[in-house]
Amino acid sequence: MIEKALKGSPRYFGVLMAFLAIMGIGGGFYLVQLNNGLMITGLSRDVSWGFYIAQFTYMVGVAASAVMLVLPYYFHHYKAYSKMIIMGEFLAIAAVIMCLGFIVIDIGQPQRMLNVLINSTPNSVLFWDMVVLNGYLILNVVIGWTSLMAYWKRVSPPAWVKPLVYTSIVWAFSIHTVTAFLYAGLPGRHYWLTAILAARFLSSAFCSGPAILLLMTLLISKVTKFDPGKEAVKTLSTTITYAMCVNVFFFFLEVFTAFYSNMPGHMDPILFLFSGFEGHTYMTPFMWIAALFAITSLILLIPYKWRYNRDVLVPALILLVIGTWIDKGMGLIAAGFTPNPFEKVTEYLPTGPELMIALMIYAVGGFVLTILWKIALEVRAEVEGGL
Amino acid sequence: MQRSRRDFMKLAGVSALGLSAGTLGFLGQGAQAADALPTATDFAKPITAKQWAMVIDTAKFDDALFKKVITACHAYHNVPEIPGKQEIKWIWTDEFHGAFPTERPAFLADAQEHRKYLLLCNHCANPACVRVCPTKATFKNNEGLVVMDYHRCIGCRYCMAGCPYGARSFNFRDPQDFIKDMNLLYPHRTRGVVEKCTFCVEKLAQGKMPLCVEASGGAMIFGDLADPKSEVRKVLKEKYAIRRNPSAGTEPSVFYIL
Ligand code: SF4
Ligand code: SF4
Repeated sequence: MIEKALKGSPRYFGVLMAFLAIMGIGGGFYLVQLNNGLMITGLSRDVSWGFYIAQFTYMVGVAASAVMLVLPYYFHHYKAYSKMIIMGEFLAIAAVIMCLGFIVIDIGQPQRMLNVLINSTPNSVLFWDMVVLNGYLILNVVIGWTSLMAYWKRVSPPAWVKPLVYTSIVWAFSIHTVTAFLYAGLPGRHYWLTAILAARFLSSAFCSGPAILLLMTLLISKVTKFDPGKEAVKTLSTTITYAMCVNVFFFFLEVFTAFYSNMPGHMDPILFLFSGFEGHTYMTPFMWIAALFAITSLILLIPYKWRYNRDVLVPALILLVIGTWIDKGMGLIAAGFTPNPFEKVTEYLPTGPELMIALMIYAVGGFVLTILWKIALEVRAEVEGGL
Repeated sequence: MQRSRRDFMKLAGVSALGLSAGTLGFLGQGAQAADALPTATDFAKPITAKQWAMVIDTAKFDDALFKKVITACHAYHNVPEIPGKQEIKWIWTDEFHGAFPTERPAFLADAQEHRKYLLLCNHCANPACVRVCPTKATFKNNEGLVVMDYHRCIGCRYCMAGCPYGARSFNFRDPQDFIKDMNLLYPHRTRGVVEKCTFCVEKLAQGKMPLCVEASGGAMIFGDLADPKSEVRKVLKEKYAIRRNPSAGTEPSVFYIL
C-alpha cells in the first residue's frame, strides 16, 4: 500500500517539495538554535514557555478531535462518516507527530530526551503526557493502517481492531485532559489554575480540530475527485457548531468567576489579555480579533441554512480556526505567565527564528499528512473503481 | 535511595577534587585554586538537619550588605551576569510588593515600604518544582534541600512554570562568557539547563554555613527547622516572621522578620 505514496501527479510532488523546502529553511534555524541555545527565542526568565509549547497545545487538540468522527462511527454506527473516518485518523497521526516535534524543539537538552523514560517520574504530568501522546500515536497508526489495509483487500478489518478503537476513543479524551493537567495544577499561575481548564481544552479541540479536518477535506474534494458525502459534511459542521458554543460558554464561566469574585489574581490575566495590564497592551489586538472571529463564526454557523451552505460554511470555519488558534496558540500560554506571580509584566512575542522553527514542525506535519491522505485516497479510488 | 545518591555524589566530588588538585598545576590558575581545595577531611564533619531553613532579618540590610551577600553567592557559584530578561540569578532583591504580592497591605509602614527584601529559592518543604520535574533532575534530599542534578535536566522548564516564587533561571545561552572571574572550585553550568540557589549544599557537606549567611554578619540565620533548639527556631519564637505566598501550599523554608 505504501507504494501509493511514491507515484503521483506533479502537483502531489510539488506539494511535498514545498513542505520539504520549508522544513529545510526551518531546519537551518533549528541548527542555529541547537548551536546557541534557546537565547534565539523571545522567552525569558519570567515567560519560560512560549510559542512552541502553545503550538503543541493547539495540536494536541487537533489530534484529539478525530474522536468526533470515530465516536459516532463506531459507537452509533453512523455510516455517513465512512469516507471521512480514515482522513480523521490520519490527521490525528500527523497532529501527534507535530506535538512531539514541538516538544523536542522546546527543550534545552534534546539529546537527553530519553531521560524522561529512563528516570520515569510518575508525579510529573509531563511524564504522563509523553505516555498518552505516544500511545495515541501508536493506536492511530495501527488502527488507521489495518482498517485501510483491510478495506484495500476488500475484507472486513480483523476483530482485534474493535477493542483498540474503543480504547482510542477514551484515549483521545485523555491526551487533551492530561495536557490540560500540565497547566492546571500549578500554584501561582492563576489563569491556568482552574478546574475547568481540561473541559475548555476539550471543547476548543472538538470545534477547531474537526473544523481543520473539514476545511482540508473540502479543499481535497475540490482538487481531487474525493467526495466526503453531503451528509457527513452536514453532521460534522453541526458538531463543530455545538462544540464552539460550549467553548465560548466555558470562557464566559471563567470571566464570571474572575470578575464576580473580584479576586485580583484571577482577573489580572484576563485583563492583561483583553485590556492590557499596566500599559502592556501587546496582546489585546490579537485577543479582540479572536473574540470577534469567534462570535462571527457562531453567527454564521448557528442558522442551519447558512451552515449547510458551503459558501458560508468555509469562511465561518476559517474564522473559527483563527479565533481558537489565537486563544490557545497565543493567549493561553502568555496569560499563564503574565502578569507573573509578582504582578510584573515581562513582554513575550516570538522571534523570527522561533516562528521559522515552529513552521518547520508544521511542514513536517503537512508532509506526513499529504502522504497519508494520498495513500488513503488512492486506495479508495482503486477499491471503488475510479471513485 | 536518596541517601545513597547523596553519599555517592559527595564521594565523587571528593575524588574529583582530589584528582584536580594533582593536575591543576598544569593550568594557569591551578596553583591558586589548589590552595583552597577542600580535602577529604573537610567532608568528614558535615552539618546535617531534617529541614534546613533560613530567617532573614530584613531591617539589618542596606544596599552595601545586599551587595556583599549577593556577590558572595554569585561569585563563588559562577552565576553569570547576563543582562536583560534572560538573566540568571540565585539571590536577588525586590521591594515589598514584588516580594510579598499576596500580602497586599494598603498602607505600608514607612520602614517596610522603603526597604528591599532578599529573595532566593525557599527550599520549600512541599516544593512544586520537584513535583513537576519529569526526570528527577530537581529533587529534595533528606535534609530538606531542594537541589538539582544538572546532568539529568532536559531543560523542559516545567519547574520554572511550577515555582510560584520565580526562583529558577534557565541557561538560554552558554553562560561562560558572562562569568567574570571563573571560580575553579565550583563548576559552572551548561547551556540548556535550569539552575537556582542550593542553600550551599556543598558547604554544609563540609560543615560550613551557606556563603550568604556567612557574609551577612548575623542578618541571616540558618538552622534546622525541625530542631526546637536550633538558632532559627529560637529567633522564630521571639520575632514575628512571614513567608512569601504561603497560600501556594509549598511550605517555604525562608522566613522574613519585618
Ligand atoms: S522556591 Fe520554587 S524553586 Fe525553590 S523549592 Fe520552592 S518551589 Fe522549588
Ligand atoms: S527543566 Fe530540568 S529541572 Fe526543570 S523540570 Fe525540566 S528537567 Fe527538571
